[in-house]
Amino acid sequence: MIRSALFSLCLGLIHLAVVVLLSPLLLGIVTRIKAYVAGRTGPPLLQLYFDLAKLARKDAVFSRSTTWVFLAGPLAAVAIPATAALLVPMGSARAPLGFSGDLILFAYLFALARFLTVLSALDTGSSFEGMGAAREVAFAALAEPALFLGLAALASFSGSLSLGPLLTVAGRGWGIASGPLILVLAGWVLVFMVENCRIPFDDPATHLELTMIHEVMVLDHSGPPLGLVLYGASMKFLVLGTLLVKLCLPTTGNPWLDWPAYFGGLGLLAVGVGLVESTMARLKLNRVPQLLVVAVLSSAFGFLMLLLQPTLR
Amino acid sequence: MLPSLFLATVLIAALSGLPSLLGKDVDGKGAARMLALSALCGLSVAAVTLARPGWQLDLAWSLPGARFTLRGDALGAFFLLPVSVVPALLAHYGTAYWPDAEHDRAAGLRFCFGLAVAAITLLCFAANAILFLVAWEVMAITCFLMVALEDRDAEVREASWIYLVAAHTGTLCLFAGFALVASARGSFDLGPIPAGWAASTPGSLAFLLFLVGFSLKAGLMPLHVWLPVAHAAAPSHVSAFLSGLITKMGILGLVRLLAWIPDPPVWWGGTLLAMGGLSAVLGLAFALAQQDLKRALAYSTIENLGLIAMGLGLATVGKASGNGALLMLAGSGALLHVLNHSLFKPLLFLGAGSVVHATDTRDLERLGGLLKAMPWTGGLFLVGATAIAGLPPFNGFVSEWLMYVGAFHSLQSWAWGAAAIFALCLAGGLALATFARLFGITFLGEPRHEASRHAHEAAAPMLTAMKVLALGCAAIGLAPFAVFPWLDRAASGLGPNLPHLSAHLSPGLLSLISGLGVGFAWIAWLSIRRMGTRVSETWGCGYTAPTARIQYTAASFGQLLTDPFHWALWPVRHLPRIRGLFPSPSHFRTDTPDPVLDRGLKPLFKFSSWVLGWMRVLQAGHLPIYLLYVVLTLVALLAWTLA
Repeated sequence: MIRSALFSLCLGLIHLAVVVLLSPLLLGIVTRIKAYVAGRTGPPLLQLYFDLAKLARKDAVFSRSTTWVFLAGPLAAVAIPATAALLVPMGSARAPLGFSGDLILFAYLFALARFLTVLSALDTGSSFEGMGAAREVAFAALAEPALFLGLAALASFSGSLSLGPLLTVAGRGWGIASGPLILVLAGWVLVFMVENCRIPFDDPATHLELTMIHEVMVLDHSGPPLGLVLYGASMKFLVLGTLLVKLCLPTTGNPWLDWPAYFGGLGLLAVGVGLVESTMARLKLNRVPQLLVVAVLSSAFGFLMLLLQPTLR
Repeated sequence: MLPSLFLATVLIAALSGLPSLLGKDVDGKGAARMLALSALCGLSVAAVTLARPGWQLDLAWSLPGARFTLRGDALGAFFLLPVSVVPALLAHYGTAYWPDAEHDRAAGLRFCFGLAVAAITLLCFAANAILFLVAWEVMAITCFLMVALEDRDAEVREASWIYLVAAHTGTLCLFAGFALVASARGSFDLGPIPAGWAASTPGSLAFLLFLVGFSLKAGLMPLHVWLPVAHAAAPSHVSAFLSGLITKMGILGLVRLLAWIPDPPVWWGGTLLAMGGLSAVLGLAFALAQQDLKRALAYSTIENLGLIAMGLGLATVGKASGNGALLMLAGSGALLHVLNHSLFKPLLFLGAGSVVHATDTRDLERLGGLLKAMPWTGGLFLVGATAIAGLPPFNGFVSEWLMYVGAFHSLQSWAWGAAAIFALCLAGGLALATFARLFGITFLGEPRHEASRHAHEAAAPMLTAMKVLALGCAAIGLAPFAVFPWLDRAASGLGPNLPHLSAHLSPGLLSLISGLGVGFAWIAWLSIRRMGTRVSETWGCGYTAPTARIQYTAASFGQLLTDPFHWALWPVRHLPRIRGLFPSPSHFRTDTPDPVLDRGLKPLFKFSSWVLGWMRVLQAGHLPIYLLYVVLTLVALLAWTLA
C-alpha cells in the first residue's frame, strides 16, 4: 500500500517535471519550424523560456475595472494542465493517478480552466475581450462532443474508463482497427488545434483584435500574470498532445524505447503543427463551426465502427 | 418514534406560517425558526431512515380507498434531505428579502410556504395513492398562491394562471395513472407492481400518463410551459423553492415508478432519455437567449431536470436489460443531481434575488460590475455558477460524472448510450457558456446602467442562507465519499441485488485531485504574489473616452451559440429601418418567446375559447332556461327508456 503510494508519488513528480520543464520547448519548435518554412532566421528555440523569465521580473498593470476574478484565469491556466498531467500516461510510465471515470475529470478540468479564463476576460469590461470570450465558449461547446465521442469509442474498444489503460490499449489496436482509430485521431487532432488556438481555428500571431479568439481574451494581462497565461498555454499543448501521441504509439513497456519514442512523438507533433501553420491560412470565423462539426462527425463515425469491433483487453 | 418525529416535522412546517397570519410574528423570524426546527427533525428522520429503512405508519382514513400510510424507505429519505434543509434557509432569507414593512402580503406568503413545505415533506414517504394526491394538490395550490402573490401585475396574474392550468392538467393525468396502478395492485396502497404489467396496454398507458403528469411538474420539454413564467413572476425565494424542490417532486414520482416496476420496457428508458436530452440541450439554448436573469435561471432549471431525466432514462434501460451497473451508476447520478440541484439552483436564485433587491432590475443589459459593490453575493453566485456548469471541484461535477460513467457503461449493451454521452457533453459546453454569460455580464465589467451603479451588498440573513448553500455545494464536491454511502443505500432501492457504488468508483481520488489542483493554483499565486502592480484603464484600442455602453452585451455574448438553434428558438427580430440621407434615430431588439407556450398553447387556447364561445348561446344565464334544459333532457331520457 505504502510502496504503491510512494511509487505513484515518484511517477507524479516525473510527470510534473516533464510538463513544467519541457512544455515551453514545444512551442519553441513550432515557432522555429514556422520561421524555417518562411525563410526567416526566427527566434531561438528557447525563446519562450526567456520571455517567461522576463515577464516574471516585470510589473503588472491592472485595469480599474478588474476584480480578483481577473487573476483566477492565469492561475487556473497553469494549475489545471499541471493537475491534468497526472491523469495521462507518459513514456513507459502509467498515469500517476488513474481511476475509473478519470477521462471525464480530465475533460472537465480543462473546461474549468476555460470558464475562469473567460471570466477573467469579461472582468475587464472590454468589448474585444467579451468578443473573444463569446467565441471561446461557442467553439469549445462544439469541440467537446468530438473529444467525448472519441473517448466513448476508445472506452468501448478498450473496455476501460480510465485514460491510462484506455490509451495504452487503444495504442495496441493499430492493425486491428486502423480505420476507426484514424477517424478518432482525425477528430482529436482538430480538437487539439482548436483547444490550443492554432491555425486553422485561431492565429496566435495575428495582430487584429477583431479576428482573435484566445489572444484577445488576455489583452489586458501583463507582467507575471501574462507569463502564467503563456506558460499555461504551453503546458496545455503538451498535455493534450500527450493524448494524441499515446494514441498513435504502442507502449512496449521498455523505458529505453518508450520515453524516446514519446518525446520524439511530441516533437513530431510540434513540427506538424508548425507545418500546418506555415502552409495554410486561418479559416473565416463563420467557417470554424463547420470544421468542428466535421470533427464531431469523424469521431462519431469512428465510434460507430469501433462498436462493431470486439472489446480488446 | 420515527413516525411521530416525521409527523412532527410535517406539523411544525405546516403551522410555521400561522403565527404570522394571526399577527403575532411580524418579521417572519418565528416562522424561520419553526422551519429550522422542522428541518432538524426532518434531517434526523432522513439520516436514521437511510441507516435503517423500513419503518411504517398506517392509519385509517374515512375517504374511500384511502389510508394514511407512510413508509420510510431510503429513496424517500434521500429526497427528504434537501426537502427539510432548504426551506428553512429560504425562510431565513425571506426575513430580510420580503419584510412585512415593504410587502403587505408577507404573512400570507409565509402561511402558504409552510403548508407547501409540509406537503412536499409528506410526499417523500406517502405510500397511499390518495394520500399522495392530496399532498400533491396541497402543494399545487399553495404554490399557485405564492406565484400569484403580486397579482396587481398583469404578468404575474397570467403566470399564476398558466401554472394553475399546468398543475391541474398534471394532477388529472396522475389520477388516471394511479387508478390504473390500483387496478393492477388491487388497492390504492403504493408499492411493487407484479411483473408483466409494465409491458401490457394498461401498463404502457399508465406510464404515459405518469410521464405527462410528473414531467409537467418537473418541467421537462415540451411540457415546461409554466416554468419560465412562474419562476420569473414569483419572489426570488419562492422561485428558489419552486425550482429547487417543487420540480423535484415530479422526479420523485418518476423514481418511485422505476422502483415499483420490476421489468420496465426499454422504450420507457428511451422516451425519458429523449425528453431529458431535448430539455438539457434546448433548455440551455433558451437560457442563452434570455435577457431576464431569472428567466434564464428558469430555463437552466429545465436543463438540469433534463439531465436528471436522462440519468433516470439510462437507469431504466439498465433495469430493462439487466445491466445492474448501469442502473446503479445512472440512477445514483440522477439522485445525486436531485440533491445537488436543490442546493445550487436556490443559491443562484437567491443571488439573483439579492441583485434584483439591490438594482431593481432583472434585465441583464442593465446590470454589470456588481462584484465590486456586492463581493459576497458575487462570490457565492460564482460558486453556484461553477457548480451548476458541472465543473470540478463542486458538487455538479460529481453527479454529472456518475451519469457519464453510467452512459459509458451502457455502451456495451445499448448503442443509444452514445446519444446520451453526446447530449451530456453538448449540454456541458452550453452550460459553461450560459453561466459564464450570466455571471460575467451581471457581476463583471462596468455597470451598464445607472441602477447597477448604486447597488449595495445584501443583508446578513440573505448572505447567511446563501453561504450555507454554497458550503453544501463545496462539501459534496470536495468530499463526495461522504455522501456516497447514503447515495448507495438510496439507489439500491431502485432494483434488486444491485452492485455497490464503491465496486465501480473511487471518489477519494476525486477529492485528492481537486486538492492537488487547488494546491497548484496556490503555488502559482505564491510565485506572482510579490509582483509590482500599477492601475490603469482597460485597453480600448487607443480610444481614450470609452463608456460602459461599449461593453459586449448579453445578447451578443450568446449569439454565436443561439444562432445554430434558430430553428428551435424562433427569435423575433425588430430590425431598424434606415431610410434617406439623414436617417432618424433607430433601435434594434430581439426577443425569444417560448415556442410551446407563446406560439403553440396560447393561440390554441385562444382559438378554442373562440369556438367554445358559440356555446354561450345555450348558456344565457337565466335559471328558467336551465330548468327547461333539465326537463327536456328528462323527457328525452324517458322517451329513450320507454322505446
